[in-house]
Amino acid sequence: MKKHFFYITICCILLTSAIPLSLAQQEQIDPGKSVYEKHCLSCHQADGSGVPGMNPPLSKVSWVTGNKTKLIQTVLNGISTPLEIDGEVYHNPMPSHDLLSNQQIADVLTYIRSHFGNTANAVTAAEVKKVRGK
Amino acid sequence: MLMMLSLHFAIAQTLHADPDNGGLKTPAGFGVIVVTPTLGKARHIVAAEDGTLFVKLRQLKDGKGIYMLRDENGDGKADQIKGYDNYGGTGITVYNNYLYASSDSSVYRYAISPGKDPINEKKREVVISGLPYRPVHEAKTITIDDTGKLYVNIGAPSNACQETDRTQGSPGINPCPLLETFGGVWQFDANKTNQKFTDGIRYSTGLRNCVALEWDSHSQQLYAVPHGRDQLNTLFPNLYTDEQNAELPSEEFFQLKKDGDYGWPYCYYDHFQHKKLLAPEYGGDSKTTTGCENKEQPLMAFPGHWAPNDLLFYHGTLFPEKYKHGAFIAFHGSWNRAPLKQGGYFVAFVPFKDGKPSGDWEVFAEGFSGGPEIKSPKDAVHRPMGLAEGPDGSLYITDSVKGTVWRIIYTK
Repeated sequence: MKKHFFYITICCILLTSAIPLSLAQQEQIDPGKSVYEKHCLSCHQADGSGVPGMNPPLSKVSWVTGNKTKLIQTVLNGISTPLEIDGEVYHNPMPSHDLLSNQQIADVLTYIRSHFGNTANAVTAAEVKKVRGK
Repeated sequence: MLMMLSLHFAIAQTLHADPDNGGLKTPAGFGVIVVTPTLGKARHIVAAEDGTLFVKLRQLKDGKGIYMLRDENGDGKADQIKGYDNYGGTGITVYNNYLYASSDSSVYRYAISPGKDPINEKKREVVISGLPYRPVHEAKTITIDDTGKLYVNIGAPSNACQETDRTQGSPGINPCPLLETFGGVWQFDANKTNQKFTDGIRYSTGLRNCVALEWDSHSQQLYAVPHGRDQLNTLFPNLYTDEQNAELPSEEFFQLKKDGDYGWPYCYYDHFQHKKLLAPEYGGDSKTTTGCENKEQPLMAFPGHWAPNDLLFYHGTLFPEKYKHGAFIAFHGSWNRAPLKQGGYFVAFVPFKDGKPSGDWEVFAEGFSGGPEIKSPKDAVHRPMGLAEGPDGSLYITDSVKGTVWRIIYTK
């Protein structure tokens, strides 16, 4: 009985540590997520769904998953005119985030391109540097 | 009195709440009927004297921006629906047998006639054109007082009048130049056509965006519940936590006075400290009141970001006595409480006496969002938007997501 209990305990420890913790660790070490939470989440929301009529969604929109140069420019320069996405018009301006480093912008763009149902490839600091230098 | 009694009797006979109460939760004795389920992106609503409803849409549906709803068989459901005219907008009201409706830069009117087609879009008149427009806080909500003065909300196209909007480290412009043409309520003449912006006077200022703006014919006063500013935490992380930002600044309920200054962008209200405080863009530190001494105080304050999108003073006899002359407020629901759970997404009631609140606010109708907790606004199935009182005293509520229109009746 004692032995059983021991194995069950070990199994539980293995299960809890092996699966959920490793996910949590992954999130913890994702620097893009912390940039997102600090600078983007309040408008674009935790799940990237945005705010209807105000702040555009990041989930499954070509603006995010498509052309990287345009996406990097959006973060660096902001947007001051309304955007129409799938028939919904979003009115709030997007402020410039050019105070973020090339690496931070690369991290956060990599994060939004690979979360919220998006599966686009990563953005590198070199790519951000190139656009910023233009 | 006899007429009133027979009206009550007729309602009890013919109107029945939907079995699921229209998906909403209301106090005991009330019932809800879905008038129509999917009208489009509905904004404000008004009931004409004969009970015909007119709803303004933000975006056109089938090319039309105003929808008429009629219930011919008396079951509470719209069985005649017809669209008119070709502009989106928010404001809609009835005065002197005219229907008034607004785009984001103009106010129009249409003579209301009896019969199948109550308005003729080909005979629309321009009441005001050329109102200041920028694509932020653009809704020109309208209300008309008993003497024919037309009040128009001209929201500020800015969060807090920073040099660069919503940008960390950008200072507030002092004085804020936007206040010359935005950030207030302007007064025009409802009986004059072809007015320009310059024909109006700035009636009240320091109001960020009064989507909820209403003349109360009982107290003969003008009221507004503007949207408070956003992002104290993300713009000033050293002064405000996420938890503080979720509650602040308060959404303020004002009685508007001529030439009153209500504080935006310089000052905001904190309902924990019961004070108007200096905004951080203007040197505030979440405590100092310097510079805010002469700003008008709210009648009542609500937690932050709930987005009051309509205000209605109830004068009917259908609802119990406590509701008479009280205020209903449609809280569209927040987004800027994130990362904390969102708030609002319900219709509140505030009891009134002698033109001032006579007790605490309470939730009147809830369940719009379709779940107990909303994390992101996109999750909301419905969001309460516009309010109207029908000639029998029913309360109508519109939904900005799908365009459901609900009718709330009292059945006891």
